[in-house]
Amino acid sequence: MAETRKELLLRSIFKRNPIALLVLGICSALAVTGQMSTALVMAICVTLVTAFSSLTISIVRFQIPSTVRIGIQIMVIATLVIIVDQILKAFYYELSKQLSIFVGLIITNCIVMGRAEGYAMSNPPISSFIDGIANGLGYGFVLMTISFVRELFGSGTIFGIEILKLVTHDGWYVPNGMLVLPASAFFLIALLIWVIRTLDPEQQEKN
Amino acid sequence: MHYLDIIFRSVFIENLPLSFFLGMCTFLAISKQVKAALGLGLAVLVLTAITVPLNNFLLNTLFKAGALAWLGQPDIDLSFLGLMIYIATIAAIVQVLEMVLDRFVPALYNTLGIFLPLLTVNCAILGASLFMVERDYTFLESAAYGFGAGAGFLLAVVALAGIREKCEYATPPKGLRGLGMTFITAGLMAMAFMGLAGMRL
Repeated sequence: MAETRKELLLRSIFKRNPIALLVLGICSALAVTGQMSTALVMAICVTLVTAFSSLTISIVRFQIPSTVRIGIQIMVIATLVIIVDQILKAFYYELSKQLSIFVGLIITNCIVMGRAEGYAMSNPPISSFIDGIANGLGYGFVLMTISFVRELFGSGTIFGIEILKLVTHDGWYVPNGMLVLPASAFFLIALLIWVIRTLDPEQQEKN
Repeated sequence: MHYLDIIFRSVFIENLPLSFFLGMCTFLAISKQVKAALGLGLAVLVLTAITVPLNNFLLNTLFKAGALAWLGQPDIDLSFLGLMIYIATIAAIVQVLEMVLDRFVPALYNTLGIFLPLLTVNCAILGASLFMVERDYTFLESAAYGFGAGAGFLLAVVALAGIREKCEYATPPKGLRGLGMTFITAGLMAMAFMGLAGMRL
Protein backbone atom coordinates (compact mmCIF):
# COMPACT_ATOMS: atom_id res chain seq x y z
CA MET A 1 0.00 0.00 0.00
CA ALA A 2 1.40 3.31 -1.08
CA GLU A 3 -0.56 5.51 1.29
CA THR A 4 -0.37 5.39 5.05
CA ARG A 5 -3.63 5.29 6.95
CA LYS A 6 -3.27 8.88 8.04
CA GLU A 7 -2.92 10.08 4.47
CA LEU A 8 -5.92 8.01 3.55
CA LEU A 9 -7.94 9.73 6.25
CA LEU A 10 -6.88 13.28 5.46
CA ARG A 11 -7.09 12.96 1.69
CA SER A 12 -10.84 12.49 1.60
CA ILE A 13 -11.54 15.30 4.04
CA PHE A 14 -9.76 18.10 2.21
CA LYS A 15 -8.06 17.21 -1.05
CA ARG A 16 -10.73 14.95 -2.48
CA ASN A 17 -13.76 16.15 -0.61
CA PRO A 18 -16.75 14.12 -1.80
CA ILE A 19 -19.10 17.09 -2.02
CA ALA A 20 -16.93 19.93 -3.27
CA LEU A 21 -14.82 18.08 -5.82
CA LEU A 22 -16.66 14.93 -6.75
CA VAL A 23 -20.20 16.39 -6.45
CA LEU A 24 -21.56 13.39 -4.62
CA GLY A 25 -24.32 13.41 -2.04
CA ILE A 26 -25.48 16.93 -2.70
CA CYS A 27 -29.17 16.29 -2.06
CA SER A 28 -29.00 15.80 1.66
CA ALA A 29 -26.18 18.31 2.02
CA LEU A 30 -28.59 21.04 1.02
CA ALA A 31 -31.71 19.84 2.74
CA VAL A 32 -30.59 19.28 6.33
CA THR A 33 -28.31 22.27 6.77
CA GLY A 34 -30.91 24.70 8.10
CA GLN A 35 -29.89 23.86 11.67
CA MET A 36 -26.59 22.64 13.02
CA SER A 37 -28.10 19.89 15.15
CA THR A 38 -29.80 18.14 12.21
CA ALA A 39 -26.67 18.58 10.10
CA LEU A 40 -24.55 16.98 12.83
CA VAL A 41 -26.86 14.01 13.23
CA MET A 42 -26.98 13.55 9.47
CA ALA A 43 -23.18 13.70 9.24
CA ILE A 44 -22.82 11.07 11.99
CA CYS A 45 -25.37 8.78 10.32
CA VAL A 46 -23.69 9.04 6.93
CA THR A 47 -20.23 8.47 8.43
CA LEU A 48 -21.40 5.34 10.24
CA VAL A 49 -23.25 3.94 7.26
CA THR A 50 -20.37 4.62 4.85
CA ALA A 51 -17.78 3.14 7.21
CA PHE A 52 -19.71 -0.04 8.00
CA SER A 53 -20.98 -0.62 4.48
CA SER A 54 -17.41 -0.28 3.16
CA LEU A 55 -16.22 -2.68 5.86
CA THR A 56 -18.93 -5.25 5.15
CA ILE A 57 -18.59 -5.10 1.41
CA SER A 58 -14.83 -5.26 1.61
CA ILE A 59 -15.00 -8.40 3.78
CA VAL A 60 -17.23 -10.24 1.32
CA ARG A 61 -15.74 -8.73 -1.82
CA PHE A 62 -14.37 -12.04 -3.11
CA GLN A 63 -17.73 -13.74 -2.73
CA ILE A 64 -19.75 -11.14 -4.66
CA PRO A 65 -20.38 -12.12 -8.30
CA SER A 66 -19.69 -9.03 -10.38
CA THR A 67 -22.97 -9.24 -12.31
CA VAL A 68 -25.14 -8.63 -9.26
CA ARG A 69 -22.76 -6.52 -7.22
CA ILE A 70 -24.80 -3.31 -7.35
CA GLY A 71 -27.84 -5.12 -6.01
CA ILE A 72 -25.84 -6.65 -3.17
CA GLN A 73 -24.25 -3.31 -2.30
CA ILE A 74 -27.65 -1.66 -2.17
CA MET A 75 -29.01 -4.39 0.10
CA VAL A 76 -26.06 -4.06 2.51
CA ILE A 77 -26.50 -0.28 2.59
CA ALA A 78 -30.29 -0.51 2.96
CA THR A 79 -29.90 -2.86 5.93
CA LEU A 80 -27.51 -0.48 7.67
CA VAL A 81 -29.75 2.50 6.97
CA ILE A 82 -32.76 0.65 8.41
CA ILE A 83 -30.76 0.00 11.60
CA VAL A 84 -29.77 3.69 11.87
CA ASP A 85 -33.34 4.77 11.14
CA GLN A 86 -34.82 2.47 13.78
CA ILE A 87 -32.27 3.63 16.39
CA LEU A 88 -33.10 7.27 15.68
CA LYS A 89 -36.83 6.59 15.89
CA ALA A 90 -36.42 4.74 19.17
CA PHE A 91 -34.16 7.15 21.05
CA TYR A 92 -34.29 10.53 19.28
CA TYR A 93 -37.83 10.71 17.97
CA GLU A 94 -37.91 14.51 17.62
CA LEU A 95 -34.75 14.57 15.55
CA SER A 96 -35.94 11.75 13.33
CA LYS A 97 -39.13 13.72 12.64
CA GLN A 98 -37.08 16.76 11.65
CA LEU A 99 -34.81 14.77 9.39
CA SER A 100 -37.99 13.41 7.82
CA ILE A 101 -37.21 11.26 4.80
CA PHE A 102 -33.57 12.18 4.58
CA VAL A 103 -32.32 9.33 6.76
CA GLY A 104 -33.96 6.91 4.34
CA LEU A 105 -32.34 8.73 1.48
CA ILE A 106 -28.87 7.81 2.74
CA ILE A 107 -29.46 4.64 0.72
CA THR A 108 -29.28 6.60 -2.49
CA ASN A 109 -26.57 8.94 -1.24
CA CYS A 110 -23.94 8.61 -3.93
CA ILE A 111 -21.10 8.88 -1.40
CA VAL A 112 -21.98 5.56 0.19
CA MET A 113 -22.43 3.74 -3.13
CA GLY A 114 -19.42 5.50 -4.62
CA ARG A 115 -17.09 4.39 -1.83
CA ALA A 116 -18.47 0.86 -1.85
CA GLU A 117 -18.05 0.51 -5.60
CA GLY A 118 -14.94 2.63 -6.04
CA TYR A 119 -12.87 1.66 -3.02
CA ALA A 120 -14.21 -1.18 -0.88
CA MET A 121 -14.56 -3.63 -3.79
CA SER A 122 -10.82 -3.60 -4.40
CA ASN A 123 -9.24 -2.93 -0.99
CA PRO A 124 -8.81 -4.79 2.32
CA PRO A 125 -11.39 -4.28 5.12
CA ILE A 126 -9.42 -2.03 7.49
CA SER A 127 -8.44 0.51 4.81
CA SER A 128 -12.00 0.46 3.46
CA PHE A 129 -13.32 1.18 6.93
CA ILE A 130 -10.95 4.14 7.32
CA ASP A 131 -11.79 5.36 3.83
CA GLY A 132 -15.49 5.22 4.72
CA ILE A 133 -14.95 7.22 7.91
CA ALA A 134 -12.81 9.76 6.06
CA ASN A 135 -15.42 10.33 3.39
CA GLY A 136 -18.11 10.64 6.00
CA LEU A 137 -16.01 13.24 7.80
CA GLY A 138 -15.38 15.14 4.58
CA TYR A 139 -19.12 15.20 4.01
CA GLY A 140 -19.70 16.27 7.61
CA PHE A 141 -17.13 19.05 7.26
CA VAL A 142 -19.03 20.66 4.39
CA LEU A 143 -22.36 20.10 6.11
CA MET A 144 -21.21 21.75 9.32
CA THR A 145 -19.69 24.74 7.50
CA ILE A 146 -22.88 25.43 5.57
CA SER A 147 -25.22 24.87 8.50
CA PHE A 148 -23.03 27.10 10.70
CA VAL A 149 -23.51 30.03 8.33
CA ARG A 150 -27.17 29.29 7.76
CA GLU A 151 -28.11 28.93 11.40
CA LEU A 152 -25.95 31.77 12.73
CA PHE A 153 -27.10 34.40 10.27
CA GLY A 154 -30.51 32.95 9.49
CA SER A 155 -31.80 32.62 13.03
CA GLY A 156 -29.00 33.95 15.23
CA THR A 157 -28.36 30.67 17.02
CA ILE A 158 -25.80 27.85 17.06
CA PHE A 159 -27.07 24.42 18.09
CA GLY A 160 -30.23 26.23 19.22
CA ILE A 161 -28.31 28.48 21.66
CA GLU A 162 -28.80 32.18 21.01
CA ILE A 163 -25.55 33.88 19.95
CA LEU A 164 -26.75 36.99 18.14
CA LYS A 165 -29.60 38.51 20.10
CA LEU A 166 -32.64 38.84 17.83
CA VAL A 167 -34.72 41.97 17.47
CA THR A 168 -37.80 39.93 18.37
CA HIS A 169 -36.17 39.15 21.74
CA ASP A 170 -35.25 42.80 22.45
CA GLY A 171 -31.81 42.35 20.85
CA TRP A 172 -30.11 44.09 17.97
CA TYR A 173 -29.79 41.45 15.25
CA VAL A 174 -32.29 41.39 12.40
CA PRO A 175 -32.13 37.82 11.07
CA ASN A 176 -31.56 37.28 7.39
CA GLY A 177 -34.64 35.26 6.55
CA MET A 178 -33.30 34.19 3.18
CA LEU A 179 -30.71 31.95 4.80
CA VAL A 180 -33.41 29.82 6.35
CA LEU A 181 -34.91 29.17 2.92
CA PRO A 182 -33.66 26.24 0.87
CA ALA A 183 -32.45 28.47 -1.98
CA SER A 184 -29.68 29.94 0.15
CA ALA A 185 -27.99 26.55 0.44
CA PHE A 186 -27.41 26.61 -3.32
CA PHE A 187 -25.62 29.94 -3.08
CA LEU A 188 -23.54 28.90 -0.08
CA ILE A 189 -22.34 25.72 -1.77
CA ALA A 190 -21.53 27.72 -4.90
CA LEU A 191 -19.45 30.14 -2.81
CA LEU A 192 -17.73 27.27 -1.00
CA ILE A 193 -16.83 25.66 -4.32
CA TRP A 194 -15.56 29.02 -5.55
CA VAL A 195 -13.28 29.37 -2.50
CA ILE A 196 -11.94 25.82 -2.74
CA ARG A 197 -11.30 26.09 -6.46
CA THR A 198 -9.59 29.44 -6.15
CA LEU A 199 -7.25 28.04 -3.51
CA ASP A 200 -6.60 24.92 -5.55
CA PRO A 201 -6.66 25.86 -9.27
CA GLU A 202 -6.22 22.21 -10.29
CA GLN A 203 -9.89 21.65 -9.55
CA GLN A 204 -11.13 24.35 -11.93
CA GLU A 205 -13.22 23.26 -14.89
CA LYS A 206 -12.12 24.05 -18.41
CA ASN A 207 -14.62 25.89 -20.51
CA MET B 1 -60.21 18.44 -7.76
CA HIS B 2 -58.36 16.98 -4.80
CA TYR B 3 -56.12 14.99 -7.16
CA LEU B 4 -55.50 18.01 -9.35
CA ASP B 5 -54.43 19.86 -6.23
CA ILE B 6 -51.92 17.12 -5.35
CA ILE B 7 -50.49 17.20 -8.88
CA PHE B 8 -50.27 20.99 -8.91
CA ARG B 9 -48.59 21.08 -5.52
CA SER B 10 -46.05 18.42 -6.36
CA VAL B 11 -45.15 20.05 -9.69
CA PHE B 12 -44.80 23.66 -8.61
CA ILE B 13 -44.76 24.18 -4.88
CA GLU B 14 -43.07 21.05 -3.58
CA ASN B 15 -40.86 20.62 -6.60
CA LEU B 16 -38.48 17.74 -5.80
CA PRO B 17 -35.17 19.17 -7.02
CA LEU B 18 -35.82 22.82 -6.27
CA SER B 19 -37.41 22.75 -2.85
CA PHE B 20 -36.32 19.40 -1.42
CA PHE B 21 -33.02 19.04 -3.31
CA LEU B 22 -33.81 15.50 -4.36
CA GLY B 23 -32.13 14.02 -7.40
CA MET B 24 -29.49 16.74 -7.29
CA CYS B 25 -26.64 14.62 -8.63
CA THR B 26 -28.36 13.82 -11.91
CA PHE B 27 -30.09 17.21 -11.94
CA LEU B 28 -26.71 18.98 -12.01
CA ALA B 29 -24.82 16.45 -14.09
CA ILE B 30 -27.27 16.03 -16.97
CA SER B 31 -28.45 19.55 -17.61
CA LYS B 32 -25.89 20.76 -20.11
CA GLN B 33 -28.18 20.29 -23.10
CA VAL B 34 -31.94 20.54 -23.36
CA LYS B 35 -32.19 17.34 -25.39
CA ALA B 36 -30.45 15.14 -22.85
CA ALA B 37 -32.32 16.83 -20.02
CA LEU B 38 -35.62 16.08 -21.72
CA GLY B 39 -34.72 12.38 -21.99
CA LEU B 40 -33.70 12.20 -18.35
CA GLY B 41 -36.80 14.07 -17.22
CA LEU B 42 -39.07 11.72 -19.16
CA ALA B 43 -37.35 8.68 -17.65
CA VAL B 44 -37.88 10.08 -14.16
CA LEU B 45 -41.52 10.88 -14.93
CA VAL B 46 -42.19 7.32 -16.14
CA LEU B 47 -40.43 5.79 -13.15
CA THR B 48 -42.08 7.84 -10.41
CA ALA B 49 -45.48 7.42 -12.04
CA ILE B 50 -45.03 3.62 -11.84
CA THR B 51 -43.07 3.09 -8.64
CA VAL B 52 -44.93 5.40 -6.25
CA PRO B 53 -48.37 3.76 -6.68
CA LEU B 54 -46.74 0.32 -6.77
CA ASN B 55 -44.92 0.91 -3.51
CA ASN B 56 -48.14 2.25 -2.03
CA PHE B 57 -49.93 -0.93 -3.07
CA LEU B 58 -47.20 -3.14 -1.57
CA LEU B 59 -47.17 -1.12 1.63
CA ASN B 60 -50.92 -1.37 2.10
CA THR B 61 -51.28 -5.05 1.27
CA LEU B 62 -48.11 -6.46 2.82
CA PHE B 63 -46.15 -4.27 5.19
CA LYS B 64 -48.32 -1.90 7.17
CA ALA B 65 -49.26 -2.78 10.73
CA GLY B 66 -52.18 -5.19 10.39
CA ALA B 67 -51.93 -5.30 6.61
CA LEU B 68 -51.47 -9.06 6.65
CA ALA B 69 -54.94 -9.55 8.16
CA TRP B 70 -56.05 -11.17 4.90
CA LEU B 71 -53.56 -13.96 5.64
CA GLY B 72 -54.98 -14.36 9.14
CA GLN B 73 -51.98 -12.61 10.72
CA PRO B 74 -53.29 -9.25 11.98
CA ASP B 75 -50.45 -8.76 14.50
CA ILE B 76 -47.55 -8.65 12.10
CA ASP B 77 -45.99 -5.24 11.41
CA LEU B 78 -43.32 -5.32 8.74
CA SER B 79 -43.15 -1.58 8.11
CA PHE B 80 -39.50 -1.46 9.23
CA LEU B 81 -38.62 -3.38 6.08
CA GLY B 82 -40.04 -0.52 4.02
CA LEU B 83 -36.80 1.08 2.89
CA MET B 84 -35.47 -2.17 1.51
CA ILE B 85 -38.70 -2.94 -0.31
CA TYR B 86 -38.95 0.48 -1.96
CA ILE B 87 -35.45 0.38 -3.31
CA ALA B 88 -35.90 -3.21 -4.49
CA THR B 89 -39.13 -2.26 -6.29
CA ILE B 90 -37.41 0.65 -7.97
CA ALA B 91 -34.44 -1.47 -9.06
CA ALA B 92 -36.78 -4.16 -10.40
CA ILE B 93 -38.96 -1.68 -12.33
CA VAL B 94 -35.88 -0.08 -13.85
CA GLN B 95 -34.71 -3.47 -15.05
CA VAL B 96 -38.10 -4.47 -16.44
CA LEU B 97 -38.63 -1.11 -18.12
CA GLU B 98 -35.23 -1.38 -19.75
CA MET B 99 -35.98 -4.80 -21.20
CA VAL B 100 -39.50 -3.90 -22.35
CA LEU B 101 -38.35 -0.70 -24.05
CA ASP B 102 -35.43 -2.47 -25.70
CA ARG B 103 -37.74 -5.15 -27.09
CA PHE B 104 -40.75 -3.09 -28.20
CA VAL B 105 -39.82 0.58 -28.55
CA PRO B 106 -36.14 0.69 -29.59
CA ALA B 107 -36.34 4.36 -30.57
CA LEU B 108 -37.41 5.36 -27.07
CA TYR B 109 -34.87 2.98 -25.57
CA ASN B 110 -32.09 4.76 -27.40
CA THR B 111 -33.15 8.10 -25.93
CA LEU B 112 -33.89 6.97 -22.39
CA GLY B 113 -31.61 3.94 -22.28
CA ILE B 114 -28.49 5.46 -20.80
CA PHE B 115 -30.40 7.23 -18.03
CA LEU B 116 -32.43 4.31 -16.77
CA PRO B 117 -29.75 2.37 -14.86
CA LEU B 118 -28.57 5.62 -13.27
CA LEU B 119 -32.00 6.25 -11.89
CA THR B 120 -32.00 3.27 -9.51
CA VAL B 121 -29.91 5.32 -7.14
CA ASN B 122 -31.57 8.65 -7.86
CA CYS B 123 -32.88 10.16 -4.64
CA ALA B 124 -35.81 11.83 -6.41
CA ILE B 125 -37.38 8.45 -7.18
CA LEU B 126 -36.84 6.97 -3.72
CA GLY B 127 -37.72 10.31 -2.16
CA ALA B 128 -41.09 10.38 -3.95
CA SER B 129 -41.91 6.97 -2.50
CA LEU B 130 -40.82 8.02 0.99
CA PHE B 131 -42.91 11.19 0.87
CA MET B 132 -45.85 9.05 -0.22
CA VAL B 133 -45.38 6.94 2.94
CA GLU B 134 -44.87 9.91 5.22
CA ARG B 135 -48.03 11.64 3.99
CA ASP B 136 -50.16 8.51 4.13
CA TYR B 137 -51.55 8.83 0.60
CA THR B 138 -54.22 6.46 -0.65
CA PHE B 139 -53.59 4.50 -3.84
CA LEU B 140 -55.14 7.07 -6.18
CA GLU B 141 -53.53 9.98 -4.37
CA SER B 142 -50.17 8.27 -4.64
CA ALA B 143 -50.67 7.78 -8.38
CA ALA B 144 -51.39 11.50 -8.74
CA TYR B 145 -48.42 12.35 -6.56
CA GLY B 146 -46.04 10.06 -8.47
CA PHE B 147 -47.04 11.67 -11.74
CA GLY B 148 -46.81 15.20 -10.36
CA ALA B 149 -43.43 14.65 -8.73
CA GLY B 150 -41.97 13.28 -11.96
CA ALA B 151 -43.48 16.11 -14.01
CA GLY B 152 -41.97 18.61 -11.58
CA PHE B 153 -38.53 17.09 -12.04
CA LEU B 154 -38.94 17.14 -15.82
CA LEU B 155 -39.93 20.81 -15.76
CA ALA B 156 -37.07 21.83 -13.49
CA VAL B 157 -34.33 19.93 -15.32
CA VAL B 158 -35.41 21.14 -18.77
CA ALA B 159 -35.63 24.73 -17.53
CA LEU B 160 -32.17 24.53 -15.95
CA ALA B 161 -30.73 23.05 -19.14
CA GLY B 162 -32.30 25.87 -21.15
CA ILE B 163 -30.71 28.49 -18.93
CA ARG B 164 -27.33 26.74 -19.00
CA GLU B 165 -27.38 26.61 -22.80
CA LYS B 166 -27.98 30.35 -22.87
CA CYS B 167 -25.13 30.93 -20.40
CA GLU B 168 -22.65 28.93 -22.47
CA TYR B 169 -20.78 32.00 -23.68
CA ALA B 170 -20.74 33.94 -20.41
CA THR B 171 -17.39 34.32 -18.69
CA PRO B 172 -17.73 33.97 -14.91
CA PRO B 173 -14.64 34.00 -12.65
CA LYS B 174 -12.47 30.91 -13.19
CA GLY B 175 -13.28 29.24 -9.87
CA LEU B 176 -17.01 29.51 -10.48
CA ARG B 177 -17.02 27.98 -13.96
CA GLY B 178 -19.17 24.93 -14.47
CA LEU B 179 -20.40 23.60 -11.17
CA GLY B 180 -20.40 26.88 -9.25
CA MET B 181 -22.48 28.71 -11.84
CA THR B 182 -24.89 25.80 -12.10
CA PHE B 183 -25.49 25.96 -8.37
CA ILE B 184 -26.19 29.68 -8.48
CA THR B 185 -28.56 29.25 -11.42
CA ALA B 186 -30.41 26.49 -9.59
CA GLY B 187 -30.59 28.71 -6.49
CA LEU B 188 -32.18 31.52 -8.47
CA MET B 189 -34.66 29.06 -9.98
CA ALA B 190 -35.51 27.77 -6.52
CA MET B 191 -36.27 31.32 -5.41
CA ALA B 192 -38.48 31.87 -8.44
CA PHE B 193 -40.39 28.70 -7.67
CA MET B 194 -40.89 29.84 -4.09
CA GLY B 195 -43.04 32.63 -5.43
CA LEU B 196 -45.68 29.96 -6.05
CA ALA B 197 -45.78 28.83 -2.44
CA GLY B 198 -49.13 28.99 -0.74
CA MET B 199 -51.12 28.71 -3.97
CA ARG B 200 -53.90 26.13 -3.92
CA LEU B 201 -56.26 24.94 -6.57
